[in-house]
Amino acid sequence: MKAVVTVTGKDRKGIIAKVSAFLAERGANIEDISQTIMGEYFAMIMIADITDIKQELSALASDCAELGKQIGMAIYIQHEDIFNAMHNV
Amino acid sequence: MFTNKDVLETIAMVQEEHLDIRTITMGISLLSCIRDSAEETAQKVYDLVCKKAENIVKTAQNLSGEYGIPIVNKRVSVTPVSLITAAFPEKAPLVGKALDNAAKTLGIDFLGGYSALVHKMTADYERKFIQTIPEVLAQTDRLCSSVNVGSSKTGINMEAVKMLGETFKQAAFLTKDKDGIGAAKLVAFCNAVEDNPFMAGAFHGVGEADTVVNVGVSGPGVVKHALEQIPNADLTEVAETIKRTAFKITRAGQLVAKEAAKRLNAQFGIVDLSLAPTPAMGDSVAQILEEMGIETVGGHGTTAALALLNDAVKKGGVMASSRVGGLSGAFIPVSEDIGMIKAAEKGAITLDKLEAMTCVCSVGLDMIAIPGDTPATTIAAMIADEAAIGMINNKTTAVRIIPAPGKTVGDEVSFGGLLGRAPVMPVHTCDSSKLIMRGGNIPAPIHSFKN
Repeated sequence: MKAVVTVTGKDRKGIIAKVSAFLAERGANIEDISQTIMGEYFAMIMIADITDIKQELSALASDCAELGKQIGMAIYIQHEDIFNAMHNV
Repeated sequence: MFTNKDVLETIAMVQEEHLDIRTITMGISLLSCIRDSAEETAQKVYDLVCKKAENIVKTAQNLSGEYGIPIVNKRVSVTPVSLITAAFPEKAPLVGKALDNAAKTLGIDFLGGYSALVHKMTADYERKFIQTIPEVLAQTDRLCSSVNVGSSKTGINMEAVKMLGETFKQAAFLTKDKDGIGAAKLVAFCNAVEDNPFMAGAFHGVGEADTVVNVGVSGPGVVKHALEQIPNADLTEVAETIKRTAFKITRAGQLVAKEAAKRLNAQFGIVDLSLAPTPAMGDSVAQILEEMGIETVGGHGTTAALALLNDAVKKGGVMASSRVGGLSGAFIPVSEDIGMIKAAEKGAITLDKLEAMTCVCSVGLDMIAIPGDTPATTIAAMIADEAAIGMINNKTTAVRIIPAPGKTVGDEVSFGGLLGRAPVMPVHTCDSSKLIMRGGNIPAPIHSFKN
């Protein structure tokens, strides 16, 4: 089972480190990372294997949002099915 | 596989453009609840609804968290109550109250199905049942009621139309301390559908399975945003863009509907492709029409723009879902759409224009406040007009109007929440009572005889 983690906001130091440490702690395994900087904005998209996460995905999503608030970024984790459904015929 | 752009687009749709799943509605058959007495039936109904839908709120919250898409409303629709109370119609309110209590226990915002289907003729038990509607709507908070008064196959039951005119008046009068909110929970239909997930007109048809999950998607803001990116495109391209956008929105709905049905032990029913506005800024169907090039909704060209929008949404949505149903069209409720409210306040949109618009979209004269002293026969005549449009054009039409007690043109009604607010709009004051008092049936149109 895979999920997509999206981190957006103003670029600052240590974002990848904080988010990946947070996910590792909760049992998510990051398989792919890509990031872009648009002007002063930062967008990072990660694909994570969430088969072994220690809580429900919806609970992890609210924890991610909470972490986002703490570090001043918007962080979402969503089941990959939503993107497959919406963007593939 | 999706790209980074797709991911960011989905997130922007939710965060900035109000993409949401408007409702997950569980349809529950109550036919197994019929007992010898109203009291026993009411108890059985309460128990069954609470049991079948016990996880609906939790499941919706989980799905919302997992997919990152808000699921705004969790609702239940039931078998038309007139059918299960046919042996004791005067006591149908007991079942209505049991359903309202069940809705409160479950923590859902509306429960629909205090309904009667009288599109051909009115049985005695249905006549008695319809008479209980105003009182029940005044004494409950979350229960919604609907009556089907006509169909393309049967014509229009004018006795029922006349009764409904009176029912709207009475429902508003009995809730006069709340701007007549009782009438906002009542719908008169022509060609009512059995799998509609939207309120106030949802009920669970007898042709359905025991328990079904129907989902209504939404996203007027997403469509408007997509059109903002092509300000100078011709209308062919506008239609194409709406189609593509509707496809994406519907796919999200389809995913949620299937998953919700699985987790709730119900059958996946349908995805309803309606564009449903809310009073929130940027979540308006009227503003899509304005984006297409009409200064204020209600101006000439509005009907054409709406026809394009409605059709393109269907075409995109049908491709995206394995089972489409419900009302599936653009909604134009006045009080629930910020663009409509503004146009009505300016006097740019009138009842006549709204009626014309209902010829090309779902669903009808929806959430329109009219003067409280409007005669019941005039309201009945408005219902007859809408039913005629539905009957002749083989589409669902509906009337949900609020004759606001003690209010007149220039005043405003306010219901709060999703039901929104609306200025009281003028109606034609000439007398239509003779037409209504004639009774009888308006026969089905010749093109309905297809056998």
